[in-house]
Amino acid sequence: MNFPINSSPHVLPITSVPIIMRHVLYALIPSTIVYVWYFGFGIFINMLIASIAALISEAIMLRIRNRPIKPSLADGSAIVTAILIAFSIPPLAPWWLPVLGASSAIVLAKHLYGGIGANIFNPAMVGYAILLLSFPVQMTHWIPPQIENLGFQNIDLWSTVLYSVTGSLPSNLNLDAITQATPLDIVKGGLKNGISINELRSGPLFSQLGGYGWEWINIFTAFGGVYLLYKGIIRWHIPVSLLTSITIFAALFYLYDPNQNLSPSFHLLSGATVLGAFFIATDPVSAAATNQGRLIYGASIGALTYAIRTWGGYPDGLAFAVLLMNLMVPLIDRFTTPKIYGQQQ
Amino acid sequence: MLKYPLFQSFYGGVHLESHKNTSNHKQIARDFLPSRLIIPMNQQFGSDAIPSVKVGQLIQKGEVIGKPAEKNTTAVHASCSGRVGAIEKHPVPTAGKVSTSTCVIIETNDENNIAAQKPPLFKNHLDKLTAINHAGIVGLGGAAFPTAEKLNRKSSHCEMLILNGAECEPYISCDDLLMQEHATEVLRGALAMMEIVGAELTVVVIEKDKPKAIEAISNAIETIGSKCIRLTDIPTMYPTGGERQLVEALTGKEVPSGKYPIDVGCICQNVGTAYALDCFFQLGEPLINRIVTVTGQGVKNPQNVAVPIGAPIVELIKFCGGYDGEVSQLILGGNMMGYTVDTDQLPVTKSTNCIITTKKATTPKPFEIWPCIRCGECIPVCPVRLLPQQILKAYENKNFEELGKLGLSECIECGCCDVVCPSHIPLVENFRKAKHLRMQEIKSSELSNAAQKRYELKTQRLSSQHANTEKLHADLKESIKESSKNDMIKAAVERSKKRRDKK
Repeated sequence: MNFPINSSPHVLPITSVPIIMRHVLYALIPSTIVYVWYFGFGIFINMLIASIAALISEAIMLRIRNRPIKPSLADGSAIVTAILIAFSIPPLAPWWLPVLGASSAIVLAKHLYGGIGANIFNPAMVGYAILLLSFPVQMTHWIPPQIENLGFQNIDLWSTVLYSVTGSLPSNLNLDAITQATPLDIVKGGLKNGISINELRSGPLFSQLGGYGWEWINIFTAFGGVYLLYKGIIRWHIPVSLLTSITIFAALFYLYDPNQNLSPSFHLLSGATVLGAFFIATDPVSAAATNQGRLIYGASIGALTYAIRTWGGYPDGLAFAVLLMNLMVPLIDRFTTPKIYGQQQ
Repeated sequence: MLKYPLFQSFYGGVHLESHKNTSNHKQIARDFLPSRLIIPMNQQFGSDAIPSVKVGQLIQKGEVIGKPAEKNTTAVHASCSGRVGAIEKHPVPTAGKVSTSTCVIIETNDENNIAAQKPPLFKNHLDKLTAINHAGIVGLGGAAFPTAEKLNRKSSHCEMLILNGAECEPYISCDDLLMQEHATEVLRGALAMMEIVGAELTVVVIEKDKPKAIEAISNAIETIGSKCIRLTDIPTMYPTGGERQLVEALTGKEVPSGKYPIDVGCICQNVGTAYALDCFFQLGEPLINRIVTVTGQGVKNPQNVAVPIGAPIVELIKFCGGYDGEVSQLILGGNMMGYTVDTDQLPVTKSTNCIITTKKATTPKPFEIWPCIRCGECIPVCPVRLLPQQILKAYENKNFEELGKLGLSECIECGCCDVVCPSHIPLVENFRKAKHLRMQEIKSSELSNAAQKRYELKTQRLSSQHANTEKLHADLKESIKESSKNDMIKAAVERSKKRRDKK
């Protein structure tokens, strides 16, 4: 009998890239449901458009780069990027916003650097940054929570779809009337105009812990994150160090002057903090590799996010903090190499 | 004594799905007698033994058929009685690959008397070690390192003998069964080893997934009543059974790169080796058979068999009921660190601890391989604390200097990184190729460095020679110039004198 020769180990791997991506998508389900509860079906439309755009861009780039198309399309990484972009753009957005975001993420941030595994920057955050810098108006037209008793004018699914496709609203709706700034935006602008935190937080967009609705989205995002930890898809180092560092900074400044600085709970539960900690900063390709390096990477993102939110020009600084730290990864990796067994340092 | 906190932990490692219960529910089969033996002369580290029998000669079980070529190598014995059929080159599985070695082929007969069944007597320590070599005793954990050589480390003090019954490979159960059935003999062998190396303590290490072996050994320790033997059951974690990992786990010390456990005061011996040593000391029996786990989905009756060394694998499989349907792979050793062979016409050697017959392909198909996504899962599992993903990158870039810095040569090829890689990259395979390429690179760079040096020396020599000749020429010219000038003046003076004289 003749048997084939194979290299050891002779064992099937326990996981795969598509499995990881699938679990990441599963983990985003709870926060998506809460998001829809508060902000309507807009995010669904954006997810759909962004996913289609991401897949098409991926296929075109693979074709141009002469790489096999099917396995890379099926690995799910493009969809994860698209979903994360859908989370970071306003629920009420013209169709070309998610298209531009997703395709620039895939084309510029992913494939121009060599495709999956070779990108330096987090693709979703590159897509988001490009949108925010190019279309600041559209990117800050957030709709208020779609809850009847808050006193805002709500927008139905059909009008959302119509706005996405045609860019205009039915005659009975006015864009300015149905959109609001995000809580972080309001705080940023308010503080600049000398309004104290207490006054700002008495507005209808705020709740006990953070922005109205946002606190629950963040909490359910954290559930998804815990699921990823439980499944072993991500390790604790980045989320824990990121959340800890943002909490420490927020607590220090809050204790110093609670009227000029937001509380730690507000920092944790508004904007993209939790999504960033569990789903964005943990993108393996663009994060630091060793556990020690990941602690440094996560803590630095937390600190930078706090700094940009507090003193920078943007209400939420997570995306820029992640992109800045992506640049530092080779350096962090260099200095956190573990000591090899049996060798002197 | 007993100062070690027994079982701390070692870095890295993975939990693997156990397949031990495929083969460990039956007693060791001891009635396997092959019709033919292919006994290789190269079953150990160091030089091959020299055949000491002639074709056609009748030999008895236990008789020496290969003499050690050097002082510190081991002898080879006939593992069954019979007639020498041939002495020829035959493919033999050794150290991770199949190579050709001189083998003594024996046509066995039914007489199964063992030659020289007397417990040996020793004059002194050295005599004992030589006798162990002559009994052909080598490490039975898989490396087949001569046991006497390992026990003979007089320059360093040995504090602890580690008796390795961890058996972390998911399919292998031969040590498990041996400890269950021969716990007393194993411990007696260990005590003998301890006496030879002068250790104060023996620690028997068994993974927790072998409760029966743990029970048998702890009972035997009680019966023997020795205070120098301790049993440590350790969590089931691959690769705890690795020497260096065991030392780290038990003492917290690391074996320095390029050195051996004895350099930190430990000696590791496999439980099978201890048993073989006891058989020799008690009965005078040389190492002529070993326990082999025959397992996997591709064999009808998976079990542990006491196999005469040199038995053809094909006969062993037949003894275990034959193949069960289509077999996709034949693996010698465990599924993590063992190697595949293309034929079953090979003999069982002293290092064959397990034969796995698989039915499904266990290597991912090429279209299931993705590029590295830098997830870093390979980093915390590496027991040597390497960065597999960076080594892979350096290998792809053919950056040999970086490979050296990243510690490629320290890789023990345990395969933990392969198991956890979501991109299914055959990392160990790549690292083996990288090691090979790096060696070539180092060799060729040494060669080119030597050539460069020769060239530099030559040009230096030539240029200094050149300078010398130049100088010589110049001096000569100068001297000629000087002398000819003087001559010319002289001649002119002479001529003018003559002219004046004529006038």
